[in-house]
Formats: sequence, structure tokens, C-alpha cells
Amino acid sequence: MYNFEFEKPSTTADAVAALADEDASALGGGQTLLPTMKQRLASPSKVVSLTGISEMQGVCMGDDGSVCIGGATTHAAVAAGASAYPALAALAGGIGDPAVRARGTVGGSLANNDPAACYPAGALGSGATIVTNAREIAADDYFQGMFTTALDEGEIITEVRFPVPEAANYQKFEQPASRFALVGVYVAKYADGVRVAVTGASEEGVHRWTAAEEALSANFSADAVPAAPGADGMIADLHGTAEYRAHLVAVLTKRAVAAAS
Amino acid sequence: MSQVKLTVNGKEMSGDAEGRTLLSTFLRETLGMTGTHVGCDTSQCGACVVHVDGVAVKSCTMLAMEADGAAVSTIEGQAADDGTLNTLQQAFQDHHGLQCGFCTPGMIMSAADLLKSNPKPSEAEVRHHLEGNICRCTGYHNIVKAIMAASGQDVSNIAAE
Repeated sequence: MYNFEFEKPSTTADAVAALADEDASALGGGQTLLPTMKQRLASPSKVVSLTGISEMQGVCMGDDGSVCIGGATTHAAVAAGASAYPALAALAGGIGDPAVRARGTVGGSLANNDPAACYPAGALGSGATIVTNAREIAADDYFQGMFTTALDEGEIITEVRFPVPEAANYQKFEQPASRFALVGVYVAKYADGVRVAVTGASEEGVHRWTAAEEALSANFSADAVPAAPGADGMIADLHGTAEYRAHLVAVLTKRAVAAAS
Repeated sequence: MSQVKLTVNGKEMSGDAEGRTLLSTFLRETLGMTGTHVGCDTSQCGACVVHVDGVAVKSCTMLAMEADGAAVSTIEGQAADDGTLNTLQQAFQDHHGLQCGFCTPGMIMSAADLLKSNPKPSEAEVRHHLEGNICRCTGYHNIVKAIMAASGQDVSNIAAE
């Protein structure tokens, strides 16, 4: 990889200041950014590590009953610490492998918005709030397509707030080499309706499957899951065709509902 | 270049690193500790696993500067000073948990990480924990067996020979 200047600030304010430079990049756990830089697909002139910022670490309960996770909290820490939201803890505990979970962070995953990552499904499926150094962004407004989010240049995810549902489950059909989701479906049942978020399947990145949400809000059972969505716009690659992924969306939604109910 | 200081296997060590210097590169090329292997360099294979402040990480996917000030454990620190293998290493030898040995440093460090938090893992738990460690020789059976034996469990009935 190309060389760069390295900074490891200890406060969010210092990190924001360090990221004001042109071509500076925030570094979470580095489990995606460093491989990307090795391939020279990214070449920031400055890398600002967020792992030394204690105020961005940890899992706690918000006043409104939501689970609040600091942006620099690792997947391993969420898996171990988010017992108030078991489906989310299970999602974090299924990302990558143990060594990857020891470094990768929720903020890093959401900022990258890989179309096959797990956390975007958890955040969108939970209707989470992405809190940055500047503002609060609803998950419905945050995800804007493959590797694209509402974040501005230099904006840092400091915390993510997940409302805790009555029941939830995440089903990942794993691509065994990368351990990313070939397709993943997150189902969460709230008092005001059911949310279904799909990762890995669409050219548009993570998205909600509204037809399933409507059907499941009326009848929360696996039998109520509609027929598979159309294959138009689904990802097709050597791991699976668009039709295969569309089929998996319905299968995994049923499994998630069965496991949650 | 900046100086990076680590406590490696209990000994204070330091050297110069660039921003882009990976922890694996720093250990191997700057400190000359080549027991940590780099297999894929894409965080898939796990040959480079070391412990940083007690946590198993892939050292090819962490910057040396991120580890500045940390305590790092590598495969070189596992055996006793006189070369006597530790329990896990001895179990790998006893149960033929390696053939070419290239992946073994990472296997041992990942297994040590597992046994620290789960002293008596089931076979399924061992296999799950090794998801990020790839061995192209053994088919894993004897690696799993060695780790279970090192945890003090009877392995006469598990995994294929």
C-alpha cells in the first residue's frame, strides 16, 4: 500500500480536526480499509485511527430503552455485551471470524456499507439511529446504495442507537470463503410493525423488503412471507445468480420469522 | 518514520515503522521474529494471528503504529526458554496437527485464544473458532483433536484419523 501519515487521537473532537485534511481517512478496525489500501483501491494521505477514543467505546442502555453502541466498539464487544438485544449480539458474533471480530467495529461497517455486510441489515432492520459528530441520521435515510451513505466527508459515526424489538432474528446464508452474506435477512417485530432488511442481494445494497413487512405486520408467521421478490436488480456473480439470491431472500425471511416467533 | 515500542513475549522491543507498516511486517522484518507467518496477506488465512493485549488478531491487518505500546504474544513466546513445548504445541505434535507447518503459528495462537475463554470447548466450538484459520494439508481433523486434547478432554472418539 502507499504510505500515509498516521494519527491516533484520543477524543472525537481531535479526530474530527485531524480528518479535516483533504484525502484523510478514518480507520475503524481496519478489517476492510487495510485490505482495500493494500490493493491500492484507496490511498489516503492520512489515516486517523478511531480505536484510541474511549468515548466511542462500549455498549449501554439509552433512556428510551434502546441499546446504544459506541461507533468504535468491536463486533466481539457487541457479541458479548449487547445481551439486551440478543438478535443483534448474535449478528455481531457471526461476522467474519474471531480475529476479525476482535478488530472490526460497528461504525466502520456502517460507514463502509458493503452490500454484503451484516451490520447494515441489523441497523436498517431495527430502524436504528446513526449518531455522528454532527447530527443524528435515521437508518432509512442513511443507506444510499452500495458503499454509499449519508455521511459527509470527515463525518464520524460516534454511536448507533438500536430500538429493542419484541422479537428479532438475523439469518445469514454465508459465502464460505469471505464469510460475508451471500444473502442475509434481518427481521424485527416492533409494536408498530415488522421491519425486514435484506443484505447481500441487491445491486442497491441493503434495502427493506416492504411486501414482506406488510404481510408480516398483519400476520407474524413464516407462512405469511410472500413469494420471492423479482430477480431484477439482484446481484449476479460467480457465487450465485440473481434468481438464486431472490429465492434466498424469501427462504431466509421465513427462517428468520420462524426463529423469532 | 516513527518509533514503535512493543512488549513482545514479555520483552520490550522497539523499531522504526512507517504509517503503512503492518504489524506482521514489523514483527518479521524489523524485529526479525519470523515465527509469525504471512500466508494470504488478505486477512483470510490466519497464519499471522498474534495476541495484542491478550486478544487474537490478524497481524497482517493491523498497522504497527496501532499496536504502539501494546503487549504482543507470538508463537516464539509459547515454548519454554529451554525449548520445551507448551501443552498446546505438544498436543499438535502428539496428534499430528500439522504437516507442512505453515499455518501452525496461527493455529496455535487462535487455539490459545479459544482455550483462554473456553477451557473445555466442544468439537463444534473448536471448529467454529478456527473459521479464520486455513490449513491446506491436514483437513483440520487432527488440529481439532490436538486442541481438544490440550484442553484435557478424551479425544479417542472424536474426529477421523
